Amino acid sequence: MIALLWKDLLIEFRTKETLASLLMLGLLTLLILSFAFDPMSELRGEAAPAVLWVAVIFAGVLGINRSFLTERDNECMQGLLLAPVDRGTIYLAKVAGNILFMVVAQAVIVPIFVLFFNLSQSLLVLMRLVPILLLGLTGFAAVGTLFAAVSVRTRAREVMLPLLLLPLAVPVLIAGVKASTRILAGKPLADVSQWLHLLIGFDALFLVVGWMVFEYAVEE
Amino acid sequence: MPNVRRLFDFIVGPLTGLTMLAAIYMVFVYVPTDKFQGIVQRIFYFHVPAAIITFVAFGLVAVASAMFLWQGTRFWDRLAHSAAECGMLFCTIVLITGPIWARPIWGTWWTWDARLTTTLILWLIYAAYLMLREFSASGDQAARYAAVLGIVGVIDIPIINRSVYWWRTIHPAVLITRQGGTGLTDPRMRATLLVSFIAFAFLLSWLIWIRNESARLQDEADQLQQHLLTGHD
Repeated sequence: MIALLWKDLLIEFRTKETLASLLMLGLLTLLILSFAFDPMSELRGEAAPAVLWVAVIFAGVLGINRSFLTERDNECMQGLLLAPVDRGTIYLAKVAGNILFMVVAQAVIVPIFVLFFNLSQSLLVLMRLVPILLLGLTGFAAVGTLFAAVSVRTRAREVMLPLLLLPLAVPVLIAGVKASTRILAGKPLADVSQWLHLLIGFDALFLVVGWMVFEYAVEE
Repeated sequence: MPNVRRLFDFIVGPLTGLTMLAAIYMVFVYVPTDKFQGIVQRIFYFHVPAAIITFVAFGLVAVASAMFLWQGTRFWDRLAHSAAECGMLFCTIVLITGPIWARPIWGTWWTWDARLTTTLILWLIYAAYLMLREFSASGDQAARYAAVLGIVGVIDIPIINRSVYWWRTIHPAVLITRQGGTGLTDPRMRATLLVSFIAFAFLLSWLIWIRNESARLQDEADQLQQHLLTGHD
């Protein structure tokens, strides 16, 4: 699994394609949504978490899609499947790679988001967003990776992933936005434990399900 | 299979017609008009059975999907596909009849109540399911991909429902209870609902049967075509 993950990281390190596009899309989403919700208005406290999560989701869909598009070129997927490892392991490696890419992208996007929206919370409050983002990204990657493997081999493959992923990821989005709103309002983590539990449950459940059914999604 | 065919052709089909006629008669003539809600309340007798039948159909999709991945026979795949299409039909009926009732009673076509939102997301998931089938390269691939989604979808539904429910109940919802005080007090109302439900259950099995048969014939036609084109299977 480490070898598989390392392979993806090495490709990324050499081309920087996924990270660059993830970052740019995330930033552009922030920009576009800043026009939609005036970042200087009174409403920004309400709108800010929503904007952040939309940026996370859009960039996430793109990044997850890319993770299988690259395998499609030159029939790399064939090679992967021929490797003497369990299909579930390939899945976990892909999920781990996707999470890593998204985390790195978020590490840039979130500070810029804080700047754009003039959030005046202390660093301590902002740090509390980290577990929520991590859990949200994990759940998103768990479902997304499974369906990216599916959608990459359908016609209309660019559209198919969001169509499949977004309705399924509704719990992640709701929990993420709700928990972030409360955190940014200065509440402690214990206050959002309900949402954290939901996210943890979602992550665990879909990592297991994905690990189990991934082989049907990649079988030739 | 001939016995099953006879069962559907001579028993389920006619019964669907009869119970549906009975349900329509009861909804429009027999059942008393609701004292508080007036005439619109009658849509309830189609709305609620359709909602229950939607869940039955999507549950069937999940079971058939799991069986397909396990056994790999075309039968389970056809069943999953037929059930998904019929489920979409009833889900659409629910989403159309709901707002027609909500407009005069709640004063709004739509509210982000937990149940409404869940139904809408359900509709979107299975719309994507049917699109995934259309957009897949080969029938075999479509079947496997759809089965994966069929299973993941049904696992997700309780979580979606929970999250949407929390989402709306932290902020007070416009209206949470659906029936509240104006429950079905009259026994004739309960009888109508029951007959309606039976009619919808027959309709679902009848539709799935017809859809399933046409899918089976399509499969056979494809095989024959393959046979003729290549000279072997």
